[in-house]
Amino acid sequence: MRIRLETRFITPAWLNFVLPVIAVFATLVLCGGLVVAAGADVFEAYTALFKGAFGNRFNFVETLVKAAPLVFTGLAVAVAFRARFWNIGAEGQLLAGAMAAAFIGAREGLPTWSLVPSMLVGGALAGGVWASIPALLKVRLKVDDVVATLMLNFVIFYAMMALLSGPWKDSLSGYPDSPDIRMVAEFPILLETTRLHLGVLLAALGAVVVWLVMTRTTFGFAIRAVGENTRAAAHGGIPVNRVVLFTAVLSGGLAGLAGVGEVAGLHFQVMATLSPGYGYTGIVIAMLARLNPLGVVPAAIFFAAIATGAESMSRATGVPVFLADVIQGASLICMLVALLFTQYRVRLKTVMRNA
Amino acid sequence: MSEILEQIFQIGFFTAMLRVATPLLLATLGEMFSERAGVLNLGIEGIMLLGAMVGFAAGYFSGSLWLGIVAAAVTGIAFGGLMGLLTVSLGLSQHVSGLGITLLCSGLAFFGYRLIFGQPSQPPHVDAFESVPLPWFSDIPFIGPILFDHVTLVYIAFLLVPFAAFLLYRTPWGLNLRTVGENLQAAASAGVSVAWKRYQALMISGALFGIAGAYFSLAQFNAFTFGVISGRGWVCIALVVLGRWDPWRCAFAALLFGAVDALQLRLQSSGIIDLPFQVFLLLPFLVTVVAMAVLARNARAPASLLVPYRKEER
Repeated sequence: MRIRLETRFITPAWLNFVLPVIAVFATLVLCGGLVVAAGADVFEAYTALFKGAFGNRFNFVETLVKAAPLVFTGLAVAVAFRARFWNIGAEGQLLAGAMAAAFIGAREGLPTWSLVPSMLVGGALAGGVWASIPALLKVRLKVDDVVATLMLNFVIFYAMMALLSGPWKDSLSGYPDSPDIRMVAEFPILLETTRLHLGVLLAALGAVVVWLVMTRTTFGFAIRAVGENTRAAAHGGIPVNRVVLFTAVLSGGLAGLAGVGEVAGLHFQVMATLSPGYGYTGIVIAMLARLNPLGVVPAAIFFAAIATGAESMSRATGVPVFLADVIQGASLICMLVALLFTQYRVRLKTVMRNA
Repeated sequence: MSEILEQIFQIGFFTAMLRVATPLLLATLGEMFSERAGVLNLGIEGIMLLGAMVGFAAGYFSGSLWLGIVAAAVTGIAFGGLMGLLTVSLGLSQHVSGLGITLLCSGLAFFGYRLIFGQPSQPPHVDAFESVPLPWFSDIPFIGPILFDHVTLVYIAFLLVPFAAFLLYRTPWGLNLRTVGENLQAAASAGVSVAWKRYQALMISGALFGIAGAYFSLAQFNAFTFGVISGRGWVCIALVVLGRWDPWRCAFAALLFGAVDALQLRLQSSGIIDLPFQVFLLLPFLVTVVAMAVLARNARAPASLLVPYRKEER
């Protein structure tokens, strides 16, 4: 018997569900080593983590609330990566959306009914515009998208902090944060006595809408065509540069909505700690979902669960809360390795020997 | 304006420029090696952060800062090797593998630091490297204190530039590396082991990232903080493009960036311009984007950059 790898030509659909599960399982096993290194019992730590994420109504809602921005950033990355626009800038686009929402939400002049819709539109636009900069730099000046989107994350973060410690500072608080948005601009709560807000519902709807756009529209087809084979797409008459640009705007808009949700549903202002790297987690989520918009939802819930559960686990077992960050990185790598099974299959073969 | 110029034409400014440019130079040279072999190593930011943590911890407990540097380099080599496993042996996406390594290493750095040091009210610190003025040279007026009064790592980093150029352009090893970066098939048919070359380049880059990170926690500062790298690794990716994959130009790019960084630090502390300090912090990143926009069109990356190597496709 020998084991050999054969190239696959068709990827069976069930692999799309099985691979992420395998990757996550492998990650948790590997990270178990770190739990042991921290002097805790692996089973106990993971139980605490699970309970912290889903154990009771409050924890479960907290996980969903945390999943909302992750769904949006995951969608943002999934859309962009489909067109091979390497948008590592969801973090910055999220901040752009959040700033627009916080600015609009605090305007006294606007009629109350228009506040929430204008925050959503304004935030999506702000994210889209911010993402169009690296896209324009890419298609017009051939600037590498990875570098440009990364740099712009830092530019907007420091610009935001400059505004928050200067002209946009809340005069009532001693910290660099913006004035609160108006009460009427806050997202309605869906479930009383919890923090489950409209943004969570919007995130779920967003995933469905993006899925429809990607699979049922010409624009979605164009995005996939450009990503699969840019040259063939160009030959087929698809305006590649324009598609990349619009994809970037769509991607940035989705990331912007993540920021709107955080401001309108949770914090009611912008401050330095608004996003603990949601944009970067979005990359892991999109990969785990195999860039499928519907797959983004369970992947986002998984990472939200890790983030909420890690706190309880840390309190109960003393394992540093940063295990959550290690799990993120490790699962991205494990998923990437697991993806090999979409290209190859393992065959056990009996080798005939010459007598 | 004249006040700004006054800030520039001071010995202290140039000294700071070299000091700030050193870790960037180390990391940029590392990235240059891996890209010359055709692998974009986006693990840079994370490996630098982990190098800063491991270097600090090793230096703190052993009492020897140099042991810290070695530990950081070894850590970097290990993760350079992992990057090789993913992108060379398994032929996976260089973009996503690199980001995965950065996320993993950042996570490990945070986790490890908290595990080792807990949450003390006073963050632990070491006695950082002290500058070693070169006898006689450092007495030269103006130039002396600028060039010859630094910590040893600064000298090493700048001596690495001619060494890297020699290695790349004047040795068979360098020729083979460049061939791998330009034409995989040609390299393979000339009998060069493409995979092993890429592994070597990635491990060199990892070592330099690690040392660059440890420079922050052992030389520039004397402690490890979570935000110690905060994007400087990403900047080096841009510096390689601006330096057109050439050691000398990369050094020039790193110095230029060092100048911008040193200037923003001085303007921040001098209070000449009355702006929130974050404006100065964003300056280097903005300058990098603008520089890329102006210069990237003329840049020609190694032809096999991002191209996976598969034996069966020869």
